[in-house]
Amino acid sequence: MGRLGRRGKEYLVTLNLLRKNPLSLAGIIIVLSFIVVALFAPVIAPYPSDATDVHLARSLSPVSWEHPFGTDDMGRDIFSRVILGSRISLEIAVVVIAVSLGVGIPMGAAAGYMGGWIDETIMRITDMFLAFPSILLAMAIAAALGPSLTNTMIAISLTWWPWYTRLLRGQALSIRERTFVEAAKSMGVSKKRIIFQHILPHTFSSIIVQISMDIGYVILTAAGLGFVGLGAQPPAPEWGLMISIGRTFMPQWWWYATFPGLAIMIAVLGFNFLGDALRDIMDPRLRT
Amino acid sequence: MLKIEGLKTYFYTYKGLIKAVDSVDLEIGRGEIFGLVGESGSGKSTVALSTIRLVTWPPGKIVDGRILFQGDDLLLKTDEEMRRIRGSEISMIFQEPTTSLNPVFTIGDQIAEVIMLHQNAGKDTAKSKTLEMLNEVGIADPKRVFGEYPHELSGGMMQRAMIATALSCKPRLLIADEPTTSLDVTIGFQILQLIKELVSTIGASVMLITHDLGIVAETCDKVAVMYAGQVVEKGDVKRLFENPMHPYTKGLLSSLPGKSGLLEGKKSILSVIKGSVPDLISPPQGCRFHPRCELAKESCTKDKPRLHEIEPGHFVACLTCNN
Amino acid sequence: MKLGYYVARRIIAMLIVLLGVSIITFSITRVVPSDPARLWVGSRATEQQIEQARHELGLDRPLYIQYLIYLGDLLHGDLGVSMHSRRPVVEDIRNYFPATFELTNLAMILAVAIGLPLGIISATKKDTGTDHAVRIFSLWGVSMPVFWLGLLLQLLLSSTLHILPTTGRVDPVVNLQSPLRTITGMYTVDSLLTGNLPVFISALQHMIMPAFALSCGCVVMITRITRSSMLEVLRQDYIRTARSNGLAERTVIYKHALKNALIPTVTVAGLTYGFLLGGSVLVESIFDYPGIGLYAVGSTLLIDYPAIMGVTLLLALVYSLVNLAVDMLYAFLDPRIRYG
Repeated sequence: MGRLGRRGKEYLVTLNLLRKNPLSLAGIIIVLSFIVVALFAPVIAPYPSDATDVHLARSLSPVSWEHPFGTDDMGRDIFSRVILGSRISLEIAVVVIAVSLGVGIPMGAAAGYMGGWIDETIMRITDMFLAFPSILLAMAIAAALGPSLTNTMIAISLTWWPWYTRLLRGQALSIRERTFVEAAKSMGVSKKRIIFQHILPHTFSSIIVQISMDIGYVILTAAGLGFVGLGAQPPAPEWGLMISIGRTFMPQWWWYATFPGLAIMIAVLGFNFLGDALRDIMDPRLRT
Repeated sequence: MLKIEGLKTYFYTYKGLIKAVDSVDLEIGRGEIFGLVGESGSGKSTVALSTIRLVTWPPGKIVDGRILFQGDDLLLKTDEEMRRIRGSEISMIFQEPTTSLNPVFTIGDQIAEVIMLHQNAGKDTAKSKTLEMLNEVGIADPKRVFGEYPHELSGGMMQRAMIATALSCKPRLLIADEPTTSLDVTIGFQILQLIKELVSTIGASVMLITHDLGIVAETCDKVAVMYAGQVVEKGDVKRLFENPMHPYTKGLLSSLPGKSGLLEGKKSILSVIKGSVPDLISPPQGCRFHPRCELAKESCTKDKPRLHEIEPGHFVACLTCNN
Repeated sequence: MKLGYYVARRIIAMLIVLLGVSIITFSITRVVPSDPARLWVGSRATEQQIEQARHELGLDRPLYIQYLIYLGDLLHGDLGVSMHSRRPVVEDIRNYFPATFELTNLAMILAVAIGLPLGIISATKKDTGTDHAVRIFSLWGVSMPVFWLGLLLQLLLSSTLHILPTTGRVDPVVNLQSPLRTITGMYTVDSLLTGNLPVFISALQHMIMPAFALSCGCVVMITRITRSSMLEVLRQDYIRTARSNGLAERTVIYKHALKNALIPTVTVAGLTYGFLLGGSVLVESIFDYPGIGLYAVGSTLLIDYPAIMGVTLLLALVYSLVNLAVDMLYAFLDPRIRYG
């Protein structure tokens, strides 16, 4: 334990606290299951070929043992499609967050630390993007680019990066006043080094909290875009898209739209539980 | 009028059990100004908060003891009864006036509110009484200040407003927790004079918490010195200053610059009490002061000293002093 | 007067942001892979007609000139013509917007009415079972896709239990019997103004499900911010003073603490309005509620760029105005800003 150092110990304490909190435990279980399911989807799904196959003979069959979620209008097993759809959702979430971090961290840190006109400019730009309700902006961009999975990812990323820029800026602002930064400056460490080596490691915990909550929101936004037909196109088993098509079969063949939505809800719930628990743990400690 | 017996207030924190007040006895008579002195962490503020029962749980709790106010044990009272006592029979003013007033309400509203509550007064009566009080605490333009917000006032004026609130219902006991610590020395002096005047007019007693012995000398009638959650010496101010018995008290007095006139004739090299404030989770065995005490004997590490009356009205808790 | 400067600064900031918004929307329109001119004239046009259209639409001019023309049009209230309806987009918007406006307002009211008390309870009963229950409940609310929730509500309350109507804005039969005179275009407001109770009730019945579905996402944000700002406020010295003065706990919480805690809550409420506007896009299509959201979705499916852009711009404008209003409210609540 001694070799871990202070920060290592902090992480262990965090993990321990997470383990004890029932909410976060549930969250971790759900999140891990989600990731595992997404990664191994073709292996887990009972009818992996139902991503594209058509079996009109069994179309719209109700919930049963062979088809726990029923089948859709093309006779495809909805359970398998929901499982396969988790890949799409995870992929979108990962890409969007990665891009947002990639843009947001340097911009936000620069704005917060350097202040002045750099800060002003960057803040105005983020304000402009944030003046749009996110879903709308994503819809407009996705509509302009054309409906496809890739374009959805681009569109959502473009609406997401401002949040991380803001977050990083706030963090940089509060950290730059701290004494160890003064010390580094007085020793003549270059600005870039200060940002990367001194400020960023301390923003880590709040970034983690934000990411864990955001993955859920990205999944919801992506589903929203899929719902209006701007995401992955049929026959892709994208959750939002399935709800959109399934809607026309309500209320009689209710399973079509219900289960994909349930999947979304559980996945997002897992990330939200986790994020909320993380936020609670990080919060009082940030104050000390 | 106020008699505290064996008060124990502990804080249950995740770091451990902090015995902030560990068996404290003191008495405050009618019309007396009683000083409670000690360093930070000595437990003096906790005694004050315990008296008015504002110790928040979690993590703090009054574990044992009796607090007899005019004969009644405050620790046995219900929340509702305490609520009626606070602000009307026992009032408290705090160290930081700038944060102790609600920023979104006017000064006048905040004072009038208390008057309306405890004296069943109507809005207009309360307003005129408030203006009266503001005048009495030395605020030049009561009408204007009545409508102003806290951030528009200076620290000294805010403390005056707080005093106005505290004394508006003519309490029997005023608890003042370091009322002048965050103020300029001259303003602080004025505030203390003000408090002295006003309480003598209404015949109230004061529990004055401070770490400044100079204030005690100027203002108080009786004093108790606290160290690490316990009272180590108490008595009449003049006697205690002329004849300090406990090594800690002596140390405190001699660490004052010679000009204070308290220890005239002594050289003005600043002396220091060696060591540092003890850990209240696991305080030293026996006498809590013994690690820092020059007169410590073998028995000081084992036996707990109790308060002994060294001379009439002057009590010390020290094994070495009882000769 | 400090307040004057505060207001002026906010308005100027908003205008700058709106300028940026117009640049962003303009850029989006120009990023379209397909040729707008070709789309405008249709698939069976000749090259010459396409060229003519391109010239008419100003697409052959340099980009910055196009932007200036665009901006000029915007300032004149010209949002272009819908490719689908061939009507000016502004007109379409004027027809559809009031419905959405009253829907999002109702959703906001619901969100605050539910979220604020939950946040207060959660804060005063910190770490108890109630606190945890509230947390789980609100986290759950925000985890559901708003359109799916709408579907479920429809399934449950309309199709199965027949308590509430499925779609639309008002019962046509009721409207026939007691026709509504429109003033603002918002059915609830107009019916109240004209004393038309049947239409009021019917409109409310139609709005309650979509509004509720919309509000679920916001409730958690409001609960969370209320809870944390209440906790922060309850830690303050002036709360201790209030208690030491003998004020009843009720008074301490609902008068002294709440007014301070509301300040950040109000700001967050403003931010959630954007969430509501976005969500309305999804919810309206479920309920066939004829608002701007439905219009936007329809336009998206038809790739009607002027319409999509027009709606996006409008909602960005509305959102900015709401946030401006929130800033003003903030100044009103916090005397430190008013009398700085």
